[in-house]
Amino acid sequence: MRELSLHVLDLLQNAREAGATLVKLWVEEDRTQDRLRIRVEDNGKGMEAEDMKRARDPFFTTRKTRHVGLGLPLLAAAAERCNGSLTLASSPGEGTRVSVEFEHSHVDRAPLGDLAATLTAFLLGEPCCHLAVTHRRDENEWSLDTRPVLEAVAPAPLTHPAVREWLQRTLAQAEARLDIPADRVPENDRRVREDEPCRSSTISRN
Amino acid sequence: MPKLDNIQELSRLRERAQQDIRVRLDTGTRITVGMGTCGIAAGARETMQALLKELEKRKIEAHVTTVGCIGMCASEPLVDIEQAGSDRITYGCVKPDRVPRIIEEHLVNGRPVNEWVVGRLSKQNP
Repeated sequence: MRELSLHVLDLLQNAREAGATLVKLWVEEDRTQDRLRIRVEDNGKGMEAEDMKRARDPFFTTRKTRHVGLGLPLLAAAAERCNGSLTLASSPGEGTRVSVEFEHSHVDRAPLGDLAATLTAFLLGEPCCHLAVTHRRDENEWSLDTRPVLEAVAPAPLTHPAVREWLQRTLAQAEARLDIPADRVPENDRRVREDEPCRSSTISRN
Repeated sequence: MPKLDNIQELSRLRERAQQDIRVRLDTGTRITVGMGTCGIAAGARETMQALLKELEKRKIEAHVTTVGCIGMCASEPLVDIEQAGSDRITYGCVKPDRVPRIIEEHLVNGRPVNEWVVGRLSKQNP
């Protein structure tokens, strides 16, 4: 796929298909160590060891609508050609974790792309599946947990046009701020607000 | 973060939403975009972005949701439009450039763009 964020959308949709009610996503761009790491953890139905072994086989799938399952094999191939790897961990009834790592500066690494669009597309999906996401780029990061957001707007769903617009705007702003140097983020934006659904903080590196 | 601490804004949204949510869920327009691996690879995420932009531009309030693969991978991106009292129409190969015409002719003028329709579920004979 042309953007890593499209692979992220694919992983998130896998989690939803697996019946997850909460997905945790970490995207970490560490240019000091020259690594880009993505981790998706869900509380879905998980996989048996036998299925997990075959999950990288493009001609293996458990669904009935078609005979191929290309998502994970494509992502594994993308990581492996960038001095990286894909790691799967899963236990039936508990969930699945997919971790993938790339060499950040590798010439073959696809750009991360539009992560905000990916998250919007996922959050508008049905059935509702919560998302706790953290995106870190060097020293800047932002997080969003959709559980308090849904609580604040209930009974309206996240797909309500007004809520959808709020999500789109919030995510776009958060992404745009990642490139602002840490010392130029306004003071009142730096507070870590655990009680708020969305927060952003500037982390100092030791 | 600029206004990420705007949970108050969400509470105001809730009040507004509560009033019209039932009406819209029962009688409103529902647009579904296929978002399996096949859809994603064919550009469904961009199609959805185009849909949201067009709806916002024309001030049309519609529920937009995504679903996984429905098995018609060759025609992705697939977009499904359901309106109360009308047939459910599925459009195939909906690249972002097809979105404005679909919104204009189907949602605004009430005439589906037949040349792009790949499936139709009749309201009378479901």
